Amino acid sequence: MQDANLRYPEIGISEVSLTFGGKIGYLDEQFCQVEDLQDEASPNFAEEVVTLFFKDSARLMSNIELALEKYPKDFNRWDAYMQQLKGSCSSIGASRMKCEFMSFRDYCGQGNVEGCMRSFQKVKREHTVLRQKLETYFQLLRQAGPAGAATRPVM
Amino acid sequence: MASCKGLGGEGSAPAPHVLAVDDSSVDRAVLASILRSSQFRVTAVDSGKRALELLGSEPNVSMIITDYWMPEMTGYELLKKVKESSRLKEIPVVIMSSENVPTRINRCLEEGAEDFLLKPVRPSDVSRLCSRVLR
Repeated sequence: MQDANLRYPEIGISEVSLTFGGKIGYLDEQFCQVEDLQDEASPNFAEEVVTLFFKDSARLMSNIELALEKYPKDFNRWDAYMQQLKGSCSSIGASRMKCEFMSFRDYCGQGNVEGCMRSFQKVKREHTVLRQKLETYFQLLRQAGPAGAATRPVM
Repeated sequence: MASCKGLGGEGSAPAPHVLAVDDSSVDRAVLASILRSSQFRVTAVDSGKRALELLGSEPNVSMIITDYWMPEMTGYELLKKVKESSRLKEIPVVIMSSENVPTRINRCLEEGAEDFLLKPVRPSDVSRLCSRVLR
Protein backbone atom coordinates (compact mmCIF):
# COMPACT_ATOMS: atom_id res chain seq x y z
CA MET A 1 0.00 0.00 0.00
CA GLN A 2 2.94 2.34 0.62
CA ASP A 3 3.94 1.96 -3.03
CA ALA A 4 0.37 2.82 -3.98
CA ASN A 5 0.90 6.12 -2.11
CA LEU A 6 3.67 6.99 -4.54
CA ARG A 7 1.63 5.92 -7.52
CA TYR A 8 -1.54 7.79 -6.68
CA PRO A 9 -0.58 10.74 -4.49
CA GLU A 10 -3.24 12.94 -6.02
CA ILE A 11 -6.13 11.10 -4.41
CA GLY A 12 -4.51 10.97 -1.00
CA ILE A 13 -4.39 7.22 -1.17
CA SER A 14 -2.02 7.31 1.80
CA GLU A 15 -5.29 7.56 3.67
CA VAL A 16 -6.56 4.43 1.94
CA SER A 17 -4.15 2.33 3.94
CA LEU A 18 -3.40 0.62 7.16
CA THR A 19 -2.76 2.61 10.28
CA PHE A 20 0.30 4.84 10.16
CA GLY A 21 1.53 6.26 13.44
CA GLY A 22 -1.86 6.08 15.11
CA LYS A 23 -3.83 7.56 12.21
CA ILE A 24 -6.70 5.31 11.17
CA GLY A 25 -6.93 4.80 7.44
CA TYR A 26 -10.16 4.72 5.50
CA LEU A 27 -9.63 1.04 4.72
CA ASP A 28 -7.94 -1.76 6.59
CA GLU A 29 -6.38 -5.06 5.60
CA GLN A 30 -9.77 -6.59 4.86
CA PHE A 31 -9.91 -4.50 1.67
CA CYS A 32 -6.67 -6.13 0.54
CA GLN A 33 -8.26 -9.53 1.21
CA VAL A 34 -11.18 -8.56 -1.03
CA GLU A 35 -8.82 -7.42 -3.78
CA ASP A 36 -6.86 -10.65 -3.47
CA LEU A 37 -10.03 -12.57 -4.34
CA GLN A 38 -9.85 -11.11 -7.86
CA ASP A 39 -8.77 -13.51 -10.55
CA GLU A 40 -9.18 -14.04 -14.26
CA ALA A 41 -12.76 -15.21 -13.77
CA SER A 42 -13.61 -12.16 -11.60
CA PRO A 43 -11.17 -9.41 -12.55
CA ASN A 44 -13.39 -6.63 -11.14
CA PHE A 45 -14.52 -8.44 -8.02
CA ALA A 46 -13.38 -5.73 -5.61
CA GLU A 47 -15.22 -3.01 -7.49
CA GLU A 48 -18.34 -5.20 -7.72
CA VAL A 49 -18.28 -5.78 -3.95
CA VAL A 50 -17.73 -2.09 -3.27
CA THR A 51 -20.69 -1.25 -5.52
CA LEU A 52 -22.83 -3.73 -3.58
CA PHE A 53 -21.62 -2.18 -0.34
CA PHE A 54 -22.58 1.36 -1.27
CA LYS A 55 -25.98 0.23 -2.52
CA ASP A 56 -26.58 -1.74 0.68
CA SER A 57 -25.17 0.88 3.03
CA ALA A 58 -27.24 3.70 1.49
CA ARG A 59 -30.37 1.68 2.22
CA LEU A 60 -29.25 0.83 5.77
CA MET A 61 -28.37 4.44 6.54
CA SER A 62 -31.76 5.51 5.28
CA ASN A 63 -33.35 2.97 7.66
CA ILE A 64 -31.25 4.31 10.53
CA GLU A 65 -32.19 7.89 9.75
CA LEU A 66 -35.85 6.92 9.76
CA ALA A 67 -35.46 5.00 13.01
CA LEU A 68 -33.74 7.95 14.70
CA GLU A 69 -36.73 10.08 13.79
CA LYS A 70 -39.58 7.61 14.16
CA TYR A 71 -38.45 5.75 17.30
CA PRO A 72 -37.14 8.38 19.74
CA LYS A 73 -34.76 7.03 22.37
CA ASP A 74 -35.17 3.49 21.13
CA PHE A 75 -31.47 2.84 21.63
CA ASN A 76 -31.76 -0.91 21.22
CA ARG A 77 -33.39 -0.53 17.82
CA TRP A 78 -30.90 2.15 16.76
CA ASP A 79 -27.99 -0.04 17.83
CA ALA A 80 -29.43 -3.06 16.01
CA TYR A 81 -29.68 -1.12 12.76
CA MET A 82 -26.15 0.19 13.18
CA GLN A 83 -24.86 -3.34 13.75
CA GLN A 84 -26.19 -4.34 10.34
CA LEU A 85 -24.27 -1.50 8.75
CA LYS A 86 -21.19 -2.33 10.77
CA GLY A 87 -21.25 -5.87 9.41
CA SER A 88 -21.06 -4.67 5.81
CA CYS A 89 -18.33 -2.18 6.67
CA SER A 90 -16.25 -4.94 8.24
CA SER A 91 -16.53 -7.02 5.10
CA ILE A 92 -14.90 -4.40 2.91
CA GLY A 93 -12.55 -3.03 5.56
CA ALA A 94 -14.14 0.40 6.04
CA SER A 95 -12.13 1.09 9.18
CA ARG A 96 -13.09 4.70 9.93
CA MET A 97 -16.77 3.92 9.65
CA LYS A 98 -16.27 0.89 11.93
CA CYS A 99 -14.62 3.09 14.56
CA GLU A 100 -17.55 5.45 14.58
CA PHE A 101 -19.94 2.56 15.19
CA MET A 102 -18.20 1.93 18.48
CA SER A 103 -18.80 5.54 19.48
CA PHE A 104 -22.43 5.22 18.46
CA ARG A 105 -22.79 2.07 20.55
CA ASP A 106 -21.25 3.84 23.55
CA TYR A 107 -23.70 6.71 23.19
CA CYS A 108 -26.60 4.25 22.95
CA GLY A 109 -25.35 2.61 26.13
CA GLN A 110 -25.27 5.99 27.85
CA GLY A 111 -28.73 6.92 26.58
CA ASN A 112 -27.16 9.97 24.94
CA VAL A 113 -29.46 11.03 22.09
CA GLU A 114 -27.34 13.97 20.99
CA GLY A 115 -24.22 11.84 20.97
CA CYS A 116 -25.99 9.25 18.81
CA MET A 117 -27.13 11.91 16.37
CA ARG A 118 -23.65 13.42 16.11
CA SER A 119 -22.08 10.02 15.69
CA PHE A 120 -24.50 9.07 12.93
CA GLN A 121 -23.77 12.30 11.08
CA LYS A 122 -20.08 11.41 11.26
CA VAL A 123 -20.83 7.95 9.85
CA LYS A 124 -22.61 9.62 6.95
CA ARG A 125 -19.67 11.94 6.30
CA GLU A 126 -17.15 9.08 6.41
CA HIS A 127 -19.39 7.11 4.06
CA THR A 128 -19.45 9.95 1.54
CA VAL A 129 -15.69 10.46 1.67
CA LEU A 130 -15.03 6.74 1.35
CA ARG A 131 -17.28 6.54 -1.67
CA GLN A 132 -15.46 9.42 -3.36
CA LYS A 133 -12.04 7.94 -2.62
CA LEU A 134 -12.98 4.50 -3.87
CA GLU A 135 -14.61 5.85 -7.02
CA THR A 136 -11.39 7.69 -7.79
CA TYR A 137 -9.28 4.66 -6.90
CA PHE A 138 -11.13 2.35 -9.28
CA GLN A 139 -11.14 5.00 -11.98
CA LEU A 140 -7.37 5.27 -11.72
CA LEU A 141 -7.02 1.49 -11.79
CA ARG A 142 -9.08 1.34 -14.97
CA GLN A 143 -6.93 4.05 -16.54
CA ALA A 144 -3.76 2.24 -15.51
CA GLY A 145 -5.07 -0.90 -17.21
CA PRO A 146 -3.67 -4.42 -16.78
CA ALA A 147 -0.11 -3.17 -16.48
CA GLY A 148 -1.05 -0.99 -13.56
CA ALA A 149 -2.89 -3.85 -11.88
CA ALA A 150 0.08 -6.15 -12.40
CA THR A 151 2.39 -3.81 -10.49
CA ARG A 152 -0.01 -3.30 -7.58
CA PRO A 153 2.01 -4.10 -4.48
CA VAL A 154 1.18 -7.31 -2.68
CA MET A 155 0.67 -6.85 1.06
CA MET B 1 -5.09 -19.13 -1.97
CA ALA B 2 -6.07 -21.86 0.49
CA SER B 3 -7.94 -24.74 -1.14
CA CYS B 4 -9.38 -28.13 -0.40
CA LYS B 5 -6.76 -29.96 -2.40
CA GLY B 6 -7.69 -33.21 -3.99
CA LEU B 7 -11.35 -32.32 -4.20
CA GLY B 8 -13.27 -31.53 -7.34
CA GLY B 9 -10.47 -32.00 -9.81
CA GLU B 10 -10.64 -34.10 -12.94
CA GLY B 11 -11.07 -37.77 -12.07
CA SER B 12 -11.55 -37.03 -8.39
CA ALA B 13 -14.64 -36.75 -6.19
CA PRO B 14 -17.01 -33.88 -7.03
CA ALA B 15 -16.34 -30.64 -5.20
CA PRO B 16 -18.13 -30.36 -1.86
CA HIS B 17 -21.29 -28.29 -2.10
CA VAL B 18 -21.51 -25.53 0.49
CA LEU B 19 -24.67 -23.62 1.25
CA ALA B 20 -23.84 -20.06 2.33
CA VAL B 21 -26.58 -18.17 4.14
CA ASP B 22 -26.36 -14.42 4.81
CA ASP B 23 -28.85 -11.59 4.43
CA SER B 24 -26.04 -9.15 3.53
CA SER B 25 -25.35 -9.10 -0.21
CA VAL B 26 -21.80 -7.88 0.47
CA ASP B 27 -21.03 -10.71 2.87
CA ARG B 28 -22.62 -13.28 0.56
CA ALA B 29 -20.46 -12.13 -2.34
CA VAL B 30 -17.23 -12.19 -0.34
CA LEU B 31 -17.96 -15.53 1.31
CA ALA B 32 -19.01 -17.16 -1.97
CA SER B 33 -15.82 -15.93 -3.60
CA ILE B 34 -13.64 -17.28 -0.80
CA LEU B 35 -15.41 -20.64 -0.94
CA ARG B 36 -15.18 -20.88 -4.75
CA SER B 37 -11.49 -20.01 -4.72
CA SER B 38 -11.09 -22.87 -2.24
CA GLN B 39 -12.66 -25.19 -4.83
CA PHE B 40 -16.06 -25.53 -3.22
CA ARG B 41 -19.26 -25.54 -5.22
CA VAL B 42 -21.34 -22.75 -3.66
CA THR B 43 -24.99 -21.84 -3.43
CA ALA B 44 -25.59 -18.54 -1.61
CA VAL B 45 -29.01 -17.60 -0.26
CA ASP B 46 -30.22 -14.62 1.72
CA SER B 47 -32.32 -16.22 4.45
CA GLY B 48 -32.84 -19.25 6.64
CA LYS B 49 -36.18 -19.84 4.92
CA ARG B 50 -34.51 -20.05 1.48
CA ALA B 51 -31.82 -22.27 2.95
CA LEU B 52 -34.42 -24.76 4.17
CA GLU B 53 -36.18 -24.67 0.79
CA LEU B 54 -32.92 -25.50 -0.95
CA LEU B 55 -32.07 -28.23 1.55
CA GLY B 56 -35.45 -29.76 0.78
CA SER B 57 -34.64 -30.08 -2.91
CA GLU B 58 -30.85 -30.46 -3.01
CA PRO B 59 -29.66 -33.79 -1.63
CA ASN B 60 -25.93 -33.23 -1.61
CA VAL B 61 -25.07 -30.29 0.61
CA SER B 62 -21.76 -30.97 2.36
CA MET B 63 -21.75 -28.02 4.72
CA ILE B 64 -23.86 -25.02 5.71
CA ILE B 65 -22.22 -21.71 6.63
CA THR B 66 -24.71 -19.24 8.03
CA ASP B 67 -24.69 -15.78 9.50
CA TYR B 68 -26.05 -15.58 13.02
CA TRP B 69 -28.06 -12.38 12.85
CA MET B 70 -30.65 -12.52 10.09
CA PRO B 71 -34.20 -11.17 10.07
CA GLU B 72 -37.10 -13.63 10.49
CA MET B 73 -34.89 -16.67 11.14
CA THR B 74 -31.53 -16.36 12.85
CA GLY B 75 -28.60 -18.63 12.04
CA TYR B 76 -29.14 -20.27 15.43
CA GLU B 77 -32.77 -21.05 14.56
CA LEU B 78 -31.64 -22.47 11.22
CA LEU B 79 -29.05 -24.60 13.03
CA LYS B 80 -31.75 -25.96 15.34
CA LYS B 81 -34.04 -26.85 12.44
CA VAL B 82 -31.22 -28.64 10.65
CA LYS B 83 -30.24 -30.61 13.73
CA GLU B 84 -33.87 -31.51 14.47
CA SER B 85 -34.28 -33.04 11.00
CA SER B 86 -33.40 -36.71 10.67
CA ARG B 87 -32.52 -36.09 7.02
CA LEU B 88 -30.37 -33.00 7.55
CA LYS B 89 -28.83 -33.40 10.98
CA GLU B 90 -25.56 -34.90 9.73
CA ILE B 91 -24.76 -31.81 7.65
CA PRO B 92 -22.09 -29.74 9.43
CA VAL B 93 -23.27 -26.24 10.24
CA VAL B 94 -20.87 -23.35 10.79
CA ILE B 95 -22.10 -20.08 12.28
CA MET B 96 -20.63 -16.66 11.49
CA SER B 97 -21.03 -13.44 13.42
CA SER B 98 -19.39 -10.04 13.48
CA GLU B 99 -19.76 -9.99 17.29
CA ASN B 100 -17.65 -12.02 19.69
CA VAL B 101 -20.25 -12.96 22.29
CA PRO B 102 -19.12 -16.02 24.29
CA THR B 103 -22.64 -16.98 25.41
CA ARG B 104 -23.81 -16.88 21.80
CA ILE B 105 -20.87 -18.97 20.64
CA ASN B 106 -21.36 -21.55 23.37
CA ARG B 107 -25.07 -21.78 22.68
CA CYS B 108 -24.42 -22.52 19.02
CA LEU B 109 -21.74 -25.08 19.74
CA GLU B 110 -23.97 -26.79 22.29
CA GLU B 111 -26.73 -26.94 19.71
CA GLY B 112 -24.36 -28.82 17.40
CA ALA B 113 -22.58 -26.18 15.35
CA GLU B 114 -19.23 -27.44 14.06
CA ASP B 115 -17.52 -24.10 14.38
CA PHE B 116 -18.12 -20.42 14.97
CA LEU B 117 -16.34 -17.89 12.77
CA LEU B 118 -15.90 -14.22 13.47
CA LYS B 119 -16.58 -12.00 10.50
CA PRO B 120 -15.04 -10.94 8.27
CA VAL B 121 -14.32 -14.52 7.22
CA ARG B 122 -10.82 -15.08 5.84
CA PRO B 123 -9.54 -17.67 3.39
CA SER B 124 -7.53 -19.16 6.26
CA ASP B 125 -10.81 -19.77 8.15
CA VAL B 126 -12.14 -21.70 5.15
CA SER B 127 -8.93 -23.70 4.87
CA ARG B 128 -9.23 -24.66 8.53
CA LEU B 129 -12.87 -25.67 8.01
CA CYS B 130 -11.90 -27.77 5.03
CA SER B 131 -9.44 -29.83 6.99
CA ARG B 132 -11.56 -30.11 10.15
CA VAL B 133 -15.14 -30.36 8.99
CA LEU B 134 -14.87 -32.03 5.61
CA ARG B 135 -12.11 -34.56 6.19
